[in-house]
Amino acid sequence: MSSPATRGSGRTGWSPGFLVKLVLIALVDALGVYAVLAAWSADSWGVLAAMVALLLVANWAYFTKRALPLKYILPGLAFLLVYQVYVVAYTGYVAFTNYGDGHNSTKEQAIEALLVQNERRVEGSPSSPLTVVSDGGALGFAVVSPDGEVRAGTAERPLEPVPDAVVDGGQVTALPGYDVLEYAAVLERQQEVTDLRVPVSDDPADGSIRTQDARTGYVFTSTLTYDPASDTMTDTTTGVTYEPNDDGQFEAADGTILPVGWRVLVGFDNFVTAFGDDRYAGPFVQILLWTFAFAVISVASTFLLGLFLAIAFNDVRLRGRRVYRTLVILPYAIPGFLAALLWSGLLNRSYGFVNEVLLGGAQIPWLTDPVLAKLAVLGVNLWLGFPYMFLICTGALQSLPTDVLEAAKIDGAGRWRTWRSITLPLLLVATAPLLISSFAFNFNNFTLIYMLTGGGPRFDDASVPLGHTDILISMVYSVSGLDGTAAKDYGLASALSIVIFVVVATISALAFRRTRSLEEIA
Amino acid sequence: MSTVSPARRPLPRGRWFSEIGWRHLVGVLAVLYAGFPLVYVVSASLADVGTLTGSNDLFGTVSGANYAALGGTRFWTWMGNTLVVAVATGAGTVLMGAAAAYAFSRFRFSGRRVGLTALLIIQMFPQMLAFVAIFLLLISLGNVVPVLGLDSKLSLICVYLGGALGVNTFLMYGFFNTVPREIDEAAKIDGASHAQIYWTIVLRLTAPILAVVGLLSFISTFGEFIIARVLLQSEENWTLAVGLYGWVSSLQEANWGLFTAGAVVSAVPVLALFLFLQKYIVGGLTAGSVKG
Repeated sequence: MSSPATRGSGRTGWSPGFLVKLVLIALVDALGVYAVLAAWSADSWGVLAAMVALLLVANWAYFTKRALPLKYILPGLAFLLVYQVYVVAYTGYVAFTNYGDGHNSTKEQAIEALLVQNERRVEGSPSSPLTVVSDGGALGFAVVSPDGEVRAGTAERPLEPVPDAVVDGGQVTALPGYDVLEYAAVLERQQEVTDLRVPVSDDPADGSIRTQDARTGYVFTSTLTYDPASDTMTDTTTGVTYEPNDDGQFEAADGTILPVGWRVLVGFDNFVTAFGDDRYAGPFVQILLWTFAFAVISVASTFLLGLFLAIAFNDVRLRGRRVYRTLVILPYAIPGFLAALLWSGLLNRSYGFVNEVLLGGAQIPWLTDPVLAKLAVLGVNLWLGFPYMFLICTGALQSLPTDVLEAAKIDGAGRWRTWRSITLPLLLVATAPLLISSFAFNFNNFTLIYMLTGGGPRFDDASVPLGHTDILISMVYSVSGLDGTAAKDYGLASALSIVIFVVVATISALAFRRTRSLEEIA
Repeated sequence: MSTVSPARRPLPRGRWFSEIGWRHLVGVLAVLYAGFPLVYVVSASLADVGTLTGSNDLFGTVSGANYAALGGTRFWTWMGNTLVVAVATGAGTVLMGAAAAYAFSRFRFSGRRVGLTALLIIQMFPQMLAFVAIFLLLISLGNVVPVLGLDSKLSLICVYLGGALGVNTFLMYGFFNTVPREIDEAAKIDGASHAQIYWTIVLRLTAPILAVVGLLSFISTFGEFIIARVLLQSEENWTLAVGLYGWVSSLQEANWGLFTAGAVVSAVPVLALFLFLQKYIVGGLTAGSVKG
């Protein structure tokens, strides 16, 4: 039953342990309050709520006497909740949205971006003398209006009047709160200066100030206007009206779409794309099959080789078996990414050690032929994986009960019969859970694939960045666009992650159930 | 195969081969298979040419040029980053995992069974599958506290620590259960608080499993690629996996000597640690196969 509550660590008052706790909690609270304030000023309400909740729970857990187990679980739990449970749940949410390039933000941000992107200089608009200033690191403009008032702002802060500015011949020479940039400094950052836009006011419809020569500023306003009442976007030059559609974009009656959209829930669209869209469905099925083949063959081949070696070295009469064992497990101690990169060089078509030295100059395209690349991936994974299997098989062989083996011998069973009917089943019971986790590991063995072949050789269909040795997880990576080679599609990538999770979880669950029945037999 | 059989009665030659000799044959072949890439990488790192083309002549030339050239790159920065991240993650994983395992092993509280089952399910969803969501989460965290956002080693450590409970709690939980509760109870009667029992008794008795978990966490963090690649954007924050991948993928020809030298330098600490702690690792791996 639960440990007596009276034994909380605060029990003796100001003991050293209590002081340590007090200092640690104070530190956590200080950092937490800082984060809460920062979230407040950044308008991140979700982060703010999570931080407040975590702080309250932490303070309660460590000062009440009724939450003893929680004191021990909380540190790990906090990280688990934020960086695993939340991100998994968020993956599930993103899978049902069209989050990605062109749909990166909320609707308000998309409207603002559209207004900004379509800014044109207003014909005949007045020009005003302008000075380039800087506020800390951020560039800004100071403009002098016809009545002599000086207003200044940066890309983030709209123009506002600055009193006490010194104006000399239309140019601002000193400005409280800002540094006036020298001509040379302006030249140095010319591109930044011509790209800079300083909003006239908080309302995007008022436009912004821009400059070409860093001396004269013009007002630019957007050719689009947004009407919040009807929720439509109108192009003032053509008069076309755009209405929001279900995909999170503004669409005109003739079907033209404005380039910036926002993210919306799209239901099962991403899953439909994965299984049904011509560009993805074909590669997806091929990749799914190859992923299974890769994971199953990897587990089987490494297990068989490891087992064979474990048996070969499992004889006390074998001299030097410690040396053999140590040398054979060396590949296991090499970080996987180093091994994969190393093998990509060894298997290089023209200069690799395998072709050039072992095969006498044969130019075999190990990594660029669809079939050979798959063989190469399996072969390299065999090299990487068999020492692990060797280790666990050695452990399992040594822990086999000797009395059962003796009984079999007495009953007249031969070597082969003993092996098949007793040793192997017992061995499988002991190693099955590890074989399952090895399957799950290889199912997601991103590092090997990405570093050895990069998923290549590419499929003939060039519209998707996928190849013959891609497995599901590397497909997710390519589709997500985070490597910069394709358009970003977080929605589709998350949907594929969910599919992988369902596959792995189902197989693990089934396999664990089967191993339990194996165990009962044994 | 001129080795003399170590058995007390010498076996006839034919029987010797069928019982022991073939094992030597297998052993030699296995050692060649396991070892030749390693011999190659050492040889290539010592060659005085830095290209893939010139590295095939095993130990044809021996020079330290490639190792010296590492000094002109960011290699040592990456090495430092990797060690910082891997050591911090390893230590954090041990502290958090052990504390949780202690709670699950020693206290009976409501939600205990549910908690254990939940951990089992959560660990089936590998964190690397959620890298898109992690990326998006860190963008929003970075808007609030930049040091927890993208391109920060601290936030990479935090992400790795998010997986600390899922993977290791069971391994430790099983081991903690093997430490007799009577010891705790005796200490409690002597007036020790639960914190004293935990820090001075339980953690010492479970030191072997703590070492294994810490080491496995260190090694897997050392080689983790996908999350590090997504998170760390500026070159001076990269880890070895991200940096060395860049060398090989961009200009394999030209950077081969650098890569092999870097590979040897970065593999040596892991290899040494591994060989040194081999016994415990093997014990830890087989302990993991016994379900709690």
